[in-house]
Amino acid sequence: MVLGTYKEALSARSTDKQIQKISQDGGIVTALLSFALDEKIIDGAVVAGPGEDMWKPVPKVAMTSDEILAAAGTKYTLSPNVWTLKEAVRQYGLEKVGTVAIPCQTMGIRKMQSYPFGVRFVADKIALIVGIYCMENFPFESLRTFISEKMGVSPELVEKMDIGKGKFWVHTADETLSIPLKETHGYEQNGCNVCLDYVAELADLSTGSVGSPDGWSTVLTRTDAGDSIFKQAVEAGLIETKPMADVKPGLGLLEKLAKEKKEKNQKTIDDRIAIGLPVPYKASTEKEDPLANY
Amino acid sequence: MLARIKEFLGMETKPETKEVASEEEVEKVAEEKPKPRIGYIHLSGCTGDVMSLSENYDILAPLLTEMVDIVYGTTLVDRWDIPEMDIALIEGSVCLQDEHSLKELKEVREKAGLVVAFGSCAATGCFTRYSRGGQQAQPAHESFVPIADVVKVDLAMPGCPPSPEIIAKTVVAAINGDMDYLQPMMDLVGYTEACGCDLQLKVVNQALCIGCGTCAMACQTRALDMTEGRPELNSDRCVKCGICYIQCPRSWWPMERIKQDTGL
Ligand SMILES: Cc1cc2nc3c(=O)[nH]c(=O)nc-3n(C[C@H](O)[C@H](O)[C@H](O)COP(=O)(O)OP(=O)(O)OC[C@H]3O[C@@H](n4cnc5c(N)ncnc54)[C@H](O)[C@@H]3O)c2cc1C
Ligand code: SF4
Ligand code: SF4
Ligand code: SF4
Repeated sequence: MVLGTYKEALSARSTDKQIQKISQDGGIVTALLSFALDEKIIDGAVVAGPGEDMWKPVPKVAMTSDEILAAAGTKYTLSPNVWTLKEAVRQYGLEKVGTVAIPCQTMGIRKMQSYPFGVRFVADKIALIVGIYCMENFPFESLRTFISEKMGVSPELVEKMDIGKGKFWVHTADETLSIPLKETHGYEQNGCNVCLDYVAELADLSTGSVGSPDGWSTVLTRTDAGDSIFKQAVEAGLIETKPMADVKPGLGLLEKLAKEKKEKNQKTIDDRIAIGLPVPYKASTEKEDPLANY
Repeated sequence: MLARIKEFLGMETKPETKEVASEEEVEKVAEEKPKPRIGYIHLSGCTGDVMSLSENYDILAPLLTEMVDIVYGTTLVDRWDIPEMDIALIEGSVCLQDEHSLKELKEVREKAGLVVAFGSCAATGCFTRYSRGGQQAQPAHESFVPIADVVKVDLAMPGCPPSPEIIAKTVVAAINGDMDYLQPMMDLVGYTEACGCDLQLKVVNQALCIGCGTCAMACQTRALDMTEGRPELNSDRCVKCGICYIQCPRSWWPMERIKQDTGL
């Protein structure tokens, strides 16, 4: 299963006009974390908050909906959110922590929960992991280089960045620019090339843009906790949904991209194993399902 | 090794492999099984590991009274000679200049079915790796090494200290004969030369780091920072416990277990 185990797949977006305006896609992450905070399902959330430099996020413990909102939007560079989970528990004293996590961050959290060797009383305080899809991520200097050198805009002028339709997009106040994704290849961090998870297979629920129309998100609910929070937010009228069958391009595209990522990266894994480099995953010949995340 | 754990826990035939073993049947097996005899041996460590064990308030009483027999241990049992035991939890590294510690360690190895390196001092040497001797009351005591340097170790449970949860999970897995859960602890026996710099050598240098921050979250001494999405080590703070590398999702990856735990 290239999308991991999930209960339901839906196209969805936040009904809040303000969230719609500043969020990346359907505003699902912001809407859900704020809802969970209001309902006391979580007492705070670790998000990729704004830092000193534009587009260079810093993980932050958000204690209010405003702080969650301030972190909306995708920053295509590293934000080590898992790092800040302990701070949320220790310094902020949170009992129920929510977080947004790309697939590899979700993997770090889940491994810590199953094997908390040196991590004392954090595992049981992770109340909600909202996973986001991820094809690759970029060191900040990579991002800055292709925006300022290849596209000729200063990052400070950029209002939104996006990946879609095979291109990397940059929106400023008065223009929209793009470069083909193949021009960003080689700029991604190398560790992404062995990543077998596109859709945060181990999150409580996962979301991303692929599969749904502009302004909407594709949501996969996974655990009971994730499914229940999502349903509650829909019931409360904070999120509206459409069946995936009714939207274009639909789940097929998500499955296609997930499969492509897994196939390409499993090949890198096989190549690494062949030359004797370490990698925490198995060679395709040793796997029952060569596309599985292990 | 696996056979030995199974043997002493009476797990030769797993209950779930029987046709459809009823729950009562399984419980009966559990009741009839002799309680594992556990010894606690204190070498060169700070007692933090056993303190962490005792933080399992909710399971401590039934654990100590119903599930296991503590047969040996300084401050725990009034006994000087080392008895036969099923599991020896060894806390602390061993000092090569201390003949008493060496003798005790070797004797425990002979008398115990399973030897567990309990905590990072026993498993990796941890902060005792910095010892250079010249201190009171034993100036000649300078060489402290992981116990696996001296005797065969079966399971390693690093941590400075190991979390109360991992101790509880390991004890439960050992009692239930859950070998899959214990496998990483068997694999970690060989990880005796740990350092925060392993992140650089074994993850970043190997093109595996993805900047998730799990290492910096896990470090128990705040020796790690994240700069430009990569771990940065302040070696003055590093106690060489190995936890950062052990928790990194790019060092080893227990997918089966996680799927079981999350139901995904
Ligand atoms: C590096 C990266 C690559 C991605 N690749 C894809 C892809 O290939 N296909 C796809 O469909 N979707 C991808 N996404 C997800 C997508 O861009 C949106 O983040 C997602 O759809 C959520 O949108 P939203 O409107 O629900 O979230 P919003 O309400 O806008 O909130 C976004 C949340 O993401 C968090 N966030 C932002 N940047 C990061 C970061 N770098 N690391 C961790 N958290 C962050 C913010 O804290 C915020 O809480 C990617 C995201 C990232 C960070
Ligand atoms: S591709 Fe995988 S490893 Fe790279 S940032 Fe995304 S989730 Fe992490
Ligand atoms: S835990 Fe591993 S992959 Fe994650 S930031 Fe640290 S070294 Fe990199
Ligand atoms: S950096 Fe921290 S976790 Fe890693 S070995 Fe040093 S003290 Fe232990």
